[in-house]
Amino acid sequence: MAVHEVNARRLLCPMPVIRTQDAIAGYIPGDEVHVFGTDPGIKQDIPAWCRVNGHSIIGMIDHEDDIEIIIKVGNAS
Amino acid sequence: MTQPRKAVALISGGLDSMLAAKVILDQGIHVEGINFYTGFCVEGHTHAIRKKDKQKPKRNNALWTAEQLGIKLHIIDIVEEYKDILINPKHGYGANLNPCLDCKIFMVNKAQQWARENGFDFIITGEVIGQRPKSQRKETMPVIAEESGANDRLLRPLCAKNLPETLPEREGWVDRSKLYGLSGRSRKPQIAMANEFGLEDFAQPAGGCCFLTDPNYATKLADMWQHQGNKNYELDDIMLLKVGRHVRPNDHFKLIIGREEGENNFMQGYRKQFTHMRVKDYAGPLVLLDGEPDTDDLALAARIIGRFSQGKMADELNVGITRPGEEEFIVTAKPMGPSDIPQEWYV
Ligand code: SF4
Repeated sequence: MAVHEVNARRLLCPMPVIRTQDAIAGYIPGDEVHVFGTDPGIKQDIPAWCRVNGHSIIGMIDHEDDIEIIIKVGNAS
Repeated sequence: MTQPRKAVALISGGLDSMLAAKVILDQGIHVEGINFYTGFCVEGHTHAIRKKDKQKPKRNNALWTAEQLGIKLHIIDIVEEYKDILINPKHGYGANLNPCLDCKIFMVNKAQQWARENGFDFIITGEVIGQRPKSQRKETMPVIAEESGANDRLLRPLCAKNLPETLPEREGWVDRSKLYGLSGRSRKPQIAMANEFGLEDFAQPAGGCCFLTDPNYATKLADMWQHQGNKNYELDDIMLLKVGRHVRPNDHFKLIIGREEGENNFMQGYRKQFTHMRVKDYAGPLVLLDGEPDTDDLALAARIIGRFSQGKMADELNVGITRPGEEEFIVTAKPMGPSDIPQEWYV
């Protein structure tokens, strides 16, 4: 299992979702992805995108300057 | 057992594309959604900007639609490629600056490419003949199919019965008798279908799927193009047209005046790129100046922003002005009176 980071800070939705999606396309099931963003909309949009596409959210942390969302990559097929 | 046929559905977040996908899903076809982000989409942005909207949890309607349908959704960034569509639409603009026909052709073409690369058999859209006066007419349906290159792999489940048979119908992948024959501007049949399918709380955007159909937005975009002398734009420009009150006293510059705290916070991020101003001795909005203001313009701008501050009744107030990369300096100004700002300055 690999751990990856996606920097989506200062991007407005849906760009952080697109960044996350495009990054995950290159990862394998079981990988962990830490997405960092500043648009509060990601707290809804990234989990919704994950539910729709078969990935799971394993953590969400409100940091002082940004939001971190941790995703476990699911089986895409 | 044969593999089910696969369709890619253009999902805008509105009701029609949702129904079209549902009709095909119900025929046992494997459907996945595709959604294109042009930069002008109603989804996103405004929620991040306006404080009052933050009270309601924001939802991305395209993702919500996919979730209701239980299908995957692929969101594609077409911001760069879309510029050419908006700047030079071969088929012209709709009522505002919406190049709907060119936009549809472009999106269907992208969906067709995606379908080919991902082993999908056909493309579906929520188009209805006569639903939109310019882009969704009987004559434009074949134009979209041909110019996009999708040809008879483009199926419109909601109005298919009014159109020639497409490949998925001819091949028996879908049953034409279970498709629909909607036409005209009425929304009633779609609402009835939604009820029948048990779909609730769907989005019904009034104008269409994007800001380009909004007359106020289109006016601001046209003003920007006119004053910069060309139609180029960057994502930041698109965003700033959604924010604040825009006041243009002359050809040199315009003011973008934050209307509330959320907008002021959002505009903070642009202070490095723009000359910005703020009243020092009273509460007031952050103001960005777009263009090439000279010293007289700055004095005028200071009087205008005084009007939008808590000190509007004061005889004089101090306004801090910062040009990009320079130190702030202060000018003293008398705020403009209630009727001093001509209506035509408001873009
Ligand atoms: S409203 Fe028209 S221009 Fe805007 S996304 Fe929809 S089809 Fe394209």
